[in-house]
Amino acid sequence: MSALSSTYAVVVKDVQSELRTRYALNALVMFVVTTVSIILFALRGDQPSNTVLAGMFWVVVFFTSMSGLSRAFVSEEERGTSLTLQLIASPSVIYFGKLLFNVFLTLTLVFGVTIVYTVVFPGFTIQSLDIFLATVFLGSLGLASAATIIAAIIAKANTRGTLYPVLSFPILIVLLMTVMSATVKSLDGEPFSEAMGDVVVLISYCMVMTAGSFLLFDYVWKD
Amino acid sequence: METRGHSLTRLALRAKGVGKDFNRRPVFRDLTFEVSSGEALAVTGKNGAGKSTLLKILSGLLTPTKGRVTYHADGSITDLDVLRPRMGFVSPYLQLYDEFSASENLDVLSRIRSTDHVSQPKVESLFRIFNLWHRRHDDVRTFSSGMKQRLKYILALAHDPLVLFLDEPTANLDEDGADAVRTIALEVQQSSILVVATNDEREAAWCGKRIHVGP
Repeated sequence: MSALSSTYAVVVKDVQSELRTRYALNALVMFVVTTVSIILFALRGDQPSNTVLAGMFWVVVFFTSMSGLSRAFVSEEERGTSLTLQLIASPSVIYFGKLLFNVFLTLTLVFGVTIVYTVVFPGFTIQSLDIFLATVFLGSLGLASAATIIAAIIAKANTRGTLYPVLSFPILIVLLMTVMSATVKSLDGEPFSEAMGDVVVLISYCMVMTAGSFLLFDYVWKD
Repeated sequence: METRGHSLTRLALRAKGVGKDFNRRPVFRDLTFEVSSGEALAVTGKNGAGKSTLLKILSGLLTPTKGRVTYHADGSITDLDVLRPRMGFVSPYLQLYDEFSASENLDVLSRIRSTDHVSQPKVESLFRIFNLWHRRHDDVRTFSSGMKQRLKYILALAHDPLVLFLDEPTANLDEDGADAVRTIALEVQQSSILVVATNDEREAAWCGKRIHVGP
């Protein structure tokens, strides 16, 4: 019970800290605005296919999350508070606290990008809401899970900005291909049964990534 | 760091053959000592000898390259996760959350610790001892380095630590602050384990035991 309350306290601390410092939120908002503007300029009023729309949707989510999610550990390392956290809480408490915060941040990001896409691109109409919700939830969980452990690794490195997307891409490629495929199906209005294969892959990815990250985190976090 | 057991009535910290290398360069080797509740240990040595590194190893923040550190309660090895909420550490390396006020820092860190040993009268008393009561609602970003050091003491002492580590205990403190630290150091070692890393002979004199690191 105390581990759960400690984990919850880490999440609350990160949310309060984020609302005051805007370390990640500002980066996320600016990135979404910039990338969507560039896409709009590139399209010049053309109507892209559902495949292109789904691809662009997750490209924006991927690069935006890369600019924001690393802050979970990098800001602790830069401010020198990571040692304080190490002293007062076990690695599992810190890992799950940071993971839940990143899931919350990613879901907020995906919700924001979905609204922007729905307003800006008339063709971005979600026909199968069940597929879209499952994809967005599992995709956000997988993205946050991978981003959390990679952030913990790169927080100790000197070349953080370069390392983050470089390390993330090969780890996230399977996730990105699957969520893009499932998003196309939700835009095409296919039944949920057609997306079952993608959903199973996403669930497996989330389980493997979370379990692997949890086992690895102790070594990454401590020394 | 060994982990097992639970009782914390009488605690002993045992280091056996502890050594630490950084990039294959030995910092110190083969340190063996024991310190129990009601005792204080001074870790002395020149700059770079590894005093802070040894404190980090003893508190579980670093893993030794050789040897092992264990905590024992009533003869059995105690889980570090059980002990962690009752550990206090004051060091220049440990930073606070600048965006939170002094009392918010205490509140946030206590909730993460999940400790139920923080009483409001005790907190108020510590804030008054360290002369920060009137600034408790101010953001830490507005504090001087000396005030931050005082706040670190409040955070380390609020939960009645069973083990207290002090790294350069009076660094950045004025005369009043240093006096308060000396009084508290003598008080804490009546019932808890106190480990002090220092170059100052007056601070080392607070402790009944001493270990020298480095050449």
